[in-house]
Amino acid sequence: MSEQNTPRRDFIKLATMTLGGVGAASLAIPFITSMNPGKDTLALASTEIDLSPLKEGQSLTVIWRGKPVFIKHRTSTEIEEAKNVSMEDLKDAEDDSKRVQDSKWLVVLGVCTHLGCVPLGQKTTDVKGDFGGWFCPCHGSHYDTSGRIRKGPAPKNLPVPPYVFLTESKIKIG
Amino acid sequence: MSANDPQGYKKTLSSPYTGIKGWIDSRLPLIRMMEAEYLKFPVPKSLNYFWSFGGIAMFCLIGLILTGIFLGFHYKPSAEDAFNSVERIMRDVNYGWLIRYLHANLVSFFFIATYIHIFRALYFGSYKAPRELVYIFGLIMFFLMMGTAFLGYTLPWGQMSYWGATVITNLFSAIPFVGDAILTLLLGDFNVGDATINRFYVLHWLLAFSILGLVIFHVITLHMTGSNNPTGSEPQSWDETLTFHPYITIKDLNATILFFIILAFVLFYYPNILGHSDNYIRANSMVTPAHIVPEWYFLPFYAILRAIPDKLGGVIAMFSSIGLLALLPWLDTSKVRSCLYRPIWRICVLLFALDFFILMYMGGKPAEGIYVIIARFGTAYWFLFLLVLAPLVGFLETPKQPLTISNYLKSKKA
Amino acid sequence: MQKLISLFLLLFSVNAFSAGSAIEIPKYDWSWKGFFGTYDRAAAQRGLKVYREVCAGCHSMNLISYRNLEALGFSEAQIKAIAADYLIQDGPNEEGDMFEREALPSDRFANPYPNIQAARAANNGALPPDLSLIVKARPKGADYIKSLLIGYTEAPHGVNVPEGQYYNQFMEGNLIAMPAPLSEGAVEYDDGTESSIDQMATDVTTFLAWAAEPSLEDRKRIGLKVILFLIVLFVLAYISKQNIWRDVKY
Repeated sequence: MSEQNTPRRDFIKLATMTLGGVGAASLAIPFITSMNPGKDTLALASTEIDLSPLKEGQSLTVIWRGKPVFIKHRTSTEIEEAKNVSMEDLKDAEDDSKRVQDSKWLVVLGVCTHLGCVPLGQKTTDVKGDFGGWFCPCHGSHYDTSGRIRKGPAPKNLPVPPYVFLTESKIKIG
Repeated sequence: MSANDPQGYKKTLSSPYTGIKGWIDSRLPLIRMMEAEYLKFPVPKSLNYFWSFGGIAMFCLIGLILTGIFLGFHYKPSAEDAFNSVERIMRDVNYGWLIRYLHANLVSFFFIATYIHIFRALYFGSYKAPRELVYIFGLIMFFLMMGTAFLGYTLPWGQMSYWGATVITNLFSAIPFVGDAILTLLLGDFNVGDATINRFYVLHWLLAFSILGLVIFHVITLHMTGSNNPTGSEPQSWDETLTFHPYITIKDLNATILFFIILAFVLFYYPNILGHSDNYIRANSMVTPAHIVPEWYFLPFYAILRAIPDKLGGVIAMFSSIGLLALLPWLDTSKVRSCLYRPIWRICVLLFALDFFILMYMGGKPAEGIYVIIARFGTAYWFLFLLVLAPLVGFLETPKQPLTISNYLKSKKA
Repeated sequence: MQKLISLFLLLFSVNAFSAGSAIEIPKYDWSWKGFFGTYDRAAAQRGLKVYREVCAGCHSMNLISYRNLEALGFSEAQIKAIAADYLIQDGPNEEGDMFEREALPSDRFANPYPNIQAARAANNGALPPDLSLIVKARPKGADYIKSLLIGYTEAPHGVNVPEGQYYNQFMEGNLIAMPAPLSEGAVEYDDGTESSIDQMATDVTTFLAWAAEPSLEDRKRIGLKVILFLIVLFVLAYISKQNIWRDVKY
């Protein structure tokens, strides 16, 4: 019952254990990956929106990855207001030009950055807050015509999701 | 207990180890237990590869639980969604097809390993005193395995799932007086349906983890007696034993890898060969498949069930075919353990194994004509083997003198 | 050794499942058979056309999405175009009404009928089965599907074929509720291949085989790597074992 540890025996044991370890780690990969979103979920990860029915001043809410996205066809007044705000007045300083690709179209996630409620302001009859954009009824955050936080407890501006213009009147979000 | 407190009520922490190892081990003695039970544990030197199948079975069980958990993240246990959720796993979940096929094929290979493992017990007398409880816990686990497999097979909600569930649960109505009430209680409805699949999903998990728990009792009872070996003779000296590690660990590792190579061939190139194509058809309560067949590992018992013309009789025969196996340590009257030294019993056991395969074949055929006649003979032999041959052959046969482990090893070397 | 015998005996008993198919199904050479088989993309694309033009009128494939066709070599634009050919029901809209819209790549293949009852009503009470899994749902798989498609013949003398049924050599019981779906030149192939009945049957079966088992190519590819790895690991483990057991004296 002896265990003479010759160097050769040690090497073989080491090689076997290493290869076994590699095998076990490789086996773990498909299991862990299976927990990621499936292909059907990912297929719904981008949405194409036709902007042509949206007239100036109108807003559209779409669902993207389970969350609301506000798409606003901004009037020239609203664009002016958004551009003329000084950076010092902003809690989360961001120039309007950084938040839009075509200044006529504002695309932001309709989720308040405070605690996640959906702000009001999409409908013409809705309360829009003190800055003409959106107002969150939960704790009183006010967003401006660029979706930036101006008053209230929310720390950040309404996030801009990734999107591209497929044509002049069609965008793909995500 | 020391000389100073013969009562032993004064508890002091101690451990053979030092440092952090010692700190943990003195409070939770797992480290010294693992060393005693899985490293230093003495094992007869004469073991052959039949003894590797217990460990292989355990790897299959662990694989089933892991794949089961990851399938469970995606599966939906309702009559409406189950079939679609399984197809979603196959098509949309990353590597879902791999996890699903692995789960399904591991079941078959778990049964293969277990059947070989049980054959070893029968052939070498591992069920005999003092290992009766090892054997009985093993049979309980086998019973739970069959329950788990049956429940699991209903979950994809294919045609075989649904109709197999209908046929087998209908067996409960054979119980006199309370049968129908028990059936309705079990199903949660008047037919197999949404209520059934939901609870079968829960029971599937419950039974699977119960098997895992029983493994502990199976191993503890085994470690109280030590392993049997092909001679049936207990080790007489340290020279006739080896430490579990590294000798048996590396030997079992070899056997396990080879077993999994065979599994890999089936899994990656013939993943549906052990299944039934009808289960890729959505369950339809209005259409019964032409031939309802259970999975291959149930076929011998299915044959026994259908061999008896009476419904209740068939149920009793099916359950007692395994139940009576549990009595084998007492039914078998021989003082000699291993078939190597029991010439008559050896034939009986090999015939029993052949009978198992014959019944398996019959179970897959329609229950008519020559098939049911052969199944009846097969069933008769099964019970003859347990109830008549086991006591009689032990009494009447003249066994050979069992070799000691050392002499056996010497004779093999020659 | 014992393990090999056990496996041999097990595979022997697998035969127990073929509970009496007295009809011999011919075997064909499919591109995806064998250890290195793959789906013939060209055949599958032609098969999609056969499905769309011949089968989709009655048979749904509701487990397949248009985006899955990427695996057969269709571009994103082609897939969008194929999907847009179909109208599917969506809703309710803001007025509470259901409405129809063009299908998107993320949608499942459109159903020819709104529900099972409508399908039966349109087909003399017979339900045309969904084809997503048909190749795996029949005992002899692709061989059976192709044989069935080309197996329509005149009923032999003395065999009565009731109204609404047709004689088929390979259908269990020889009577099938589906009339022969394929006829010479029924589909004009984009790649110019001659659309004989045999060709269309081969192509649509290839398409259906892919639809039933899209992961086949991944599975075989990964299988090769896994088995080679295990063989190497076994060799190492075997050498380790011989090494460790060398000292054991008998």
